Amino acid sequence: MSNPIIQPENLVYDKSAVLTDNVMHYCPGCSHGTVHRIVAEVIEEMGLQDQTIGVAPVGCAVFIYNYINVDFAESAHGRAPAIATAIKRLNPDKLVFTYQGDGDLAAIGTAETIHACNRGENIAIIFINNGIYGMTGGQMAPTTLLGMKSSTCPTGREPHLNGYPLKITDMLALTEGTCYVTRQSVHTPSSVKKTKRAIRKAFDNSLQGKGTSVVEVVSTCNSGWKMTPVEANRWMEENMFPFYPLGDLKDR
Amino acid sequence: MKNELVLLKGNEAIAHAAIRCGADGYFGYPITPQSEIMETLMELRPWDTTGMVVLQAESEVASINMVFGGAATGKKVMTSSSSPGVSLMQEGISFSCGADLPMLLVNVMRGGPGLGTIQPSQADYFQTVKGGGHGDYKLITLAPSSVQEMVDFVDLGFELSFKYLIPCMILADGVIGQMMEPVTLPPYKPRRTAEQIAAECPWAANGKPAGRYRNVVTSLELDPAKMEKKNEVRQERFRLVEATEVRYEEFLCEDADYLIVAFGSAARVCQSAVEDLRSQGIKVGLLRPITLWPFPSKVLSKYAEKVKCMMTVELNAGQMNEDVRLAVNGKVHVYHYGRMGGIVPTPEEVTEALKSHL
Ligand SMILES: Cc1ncc(C[n+]2csc(CCOP(=O)(O)OP(=O)(O)O)c2C)c(N)n1
Ligand code: SF4
Repeated sequence: MSNPIIQPENLVYDKSAVLTDNVMHYCPGCSHGTVHRIVAEVIEEMGLQDQTIGVAPVGCAVFIYNYINVDFAESAHGRAPAIATAIKRLNPDKLVFTYQGDGDLAAIGTAETIHACNRGENIAIIFINNGIYGMTGGQMAPTTLLGMKSSTCPTGREPHLNGYPLKITDMLALTEGTCYVTRQSVHTPSSVKKTKRAIRKAFDNSLQGKGTSVVEVVSTCNSGWKMTPVEANRWMEENMFPFYPLGDLKDR
Repeated sequence: MKNELVLLKGNEAIAHAAIRCGADGYFGYPITPQSEIMETLMELRPWDTTGMVVLQAESEVASINMVFGGAATGKKVMTSSSSPGVSLMQEGISFSCGADLPMLLVNVMRGGPGLGTIQPSQADYFQTVKGGGHGDYKLITLAPSSVQEMVDFVDLGFELSFKYLIPCMILADGVIGQMMEPVTLPPYKPRRTAEQIAAECPWAANGKPAGRYRNVVTSLELDPAKMEKKNEVRQERFRLVEATEVRYEEFLCEDADYLIVAFGSAARVCQSAVEDLRSQGIKVGLLRPITLWPFPSKVLSKYAEKVKCMMTVELNAGQMNEDVRLAVNGKVHVYHYGRMGGIVPTPEEVTEALKSHL
């Protein structure tokens, strides 16, 4: 007998048609899956599935192209903004976005990121800041907080050994080429809504040729942080948000 | 539209040829001795005429990845650099080969290792034909020895690259890049339309129409069985290129007792040396590989049956020499005469070197 609750007339929320049916490989509680869903929903709402080219990072989200059903180029580690630069310049009518982790964007790809932003490339950069290298097993990232433990700073990040966490989004807001720089999260229903509005604005900007948009999503990596999903969300609110405060850094 | 006869530097010739062959984009970073390529493009402003995009990148790491991005959408894109810059590009070249992307690369070689010298060299032979980056891959490698070939190889390079989905490298050196010669420029070819690109490059990631599966341009495959298959298919293409695209030039080889093998600017010097040796009654021929990969091994192995010895002349310590020795497989001795550090030998020096082996 079919479930009386699971009926079409009771449906309040559906999977985006731009998401594939592939089962995501992300750890339960990981922010990547939520942000993927938001990106797919925005592409669907804008009616741009056939006009979008994504650039995948090296990091846990390397397989984003298995989940979001649009054309993709898979980048070398950190080079996504350079790849997206050429894709957009050679295909100016298309929606072009990169999706990058903090190691990808703020360590190995710092030069490509800053210069794409400074040139004002008409691309959207979605930046997942989980303060750690998820894919390679929880090593220190440029964004790892002071005192935060990782497999390469097992007793916690110490400034005299490891330097300081990098607020790269603040730096990107300073470049003349960016039009919209914002820091969001996806740990509550309302924060998901805000992030969705931010990604929509970033995509609109890209199509309108206003310059580079950067949407940082302060995220959890509960596996790398060695916490349950609920603990990770709480830890993020208590520790990440004070250092990486949410809100718009630039909107013009 | 007609051909045009003009006097150009090798580097300038590359720029003119790129615009005329309908290239969609050039991405580069300045480095001597090839900066005139981007400078000429910026001067010619092709974005106002053909619509070609020209962009100065923040590094060679960025420029090769821009080329990756453009190529991923099926566009005809290129970059150029000189030795230290090409070293920086090796990651991107490996990724491009792993994703089977067509593109044109130009290396106007200078002496190394390291910052080395800005003077001409052929010391990046190994890096180019043996795979300077990681993984099993090949680059179709064209070695011009005149400014006219700088022009001709731009179109040829794109054509071969798109035919076989293997990046193509024009491996020139500072002499060819900097010298001026009269050249014939080809007529303008229009850039390909979106429809032509969709037909020629069904794999391109340029926006997924409803009904087509999404295109993903990637070098990644975690399933070892699939990855092995991908590599095998690529190696089959390499074998096909080796069977069909070997190019070389013979100069007085037919009756030769001795064979000089040289490419690029070294071959020009050797041509004078061969004429000189012939006037002295010594029957010498010159074989000039035009494709360094695929290498003209078969023809060399044929001459190995006829000549008393061979000598490679290179602006390096003897890199192509190894491929010649592999080709002749011990049948004759293959001597080497090489100069390094930006020194180009004179024909007399080559003549003396060969005579010392008679
Ligand atoms: C050139 C290069 N260096 C190192 C690596 C190994 N590597 C893969 S992912 C990664 C870090 C990923 O971290 P991040 O960008 O923060 O993404 P996350 O996995 O946390 O989403 C590293 C170092 C690589 N693939 N390529
Ligand atoms: S390792 Fe971290 S970033 Fe990667 S999928 Fe798991 S939770 Fe997400």
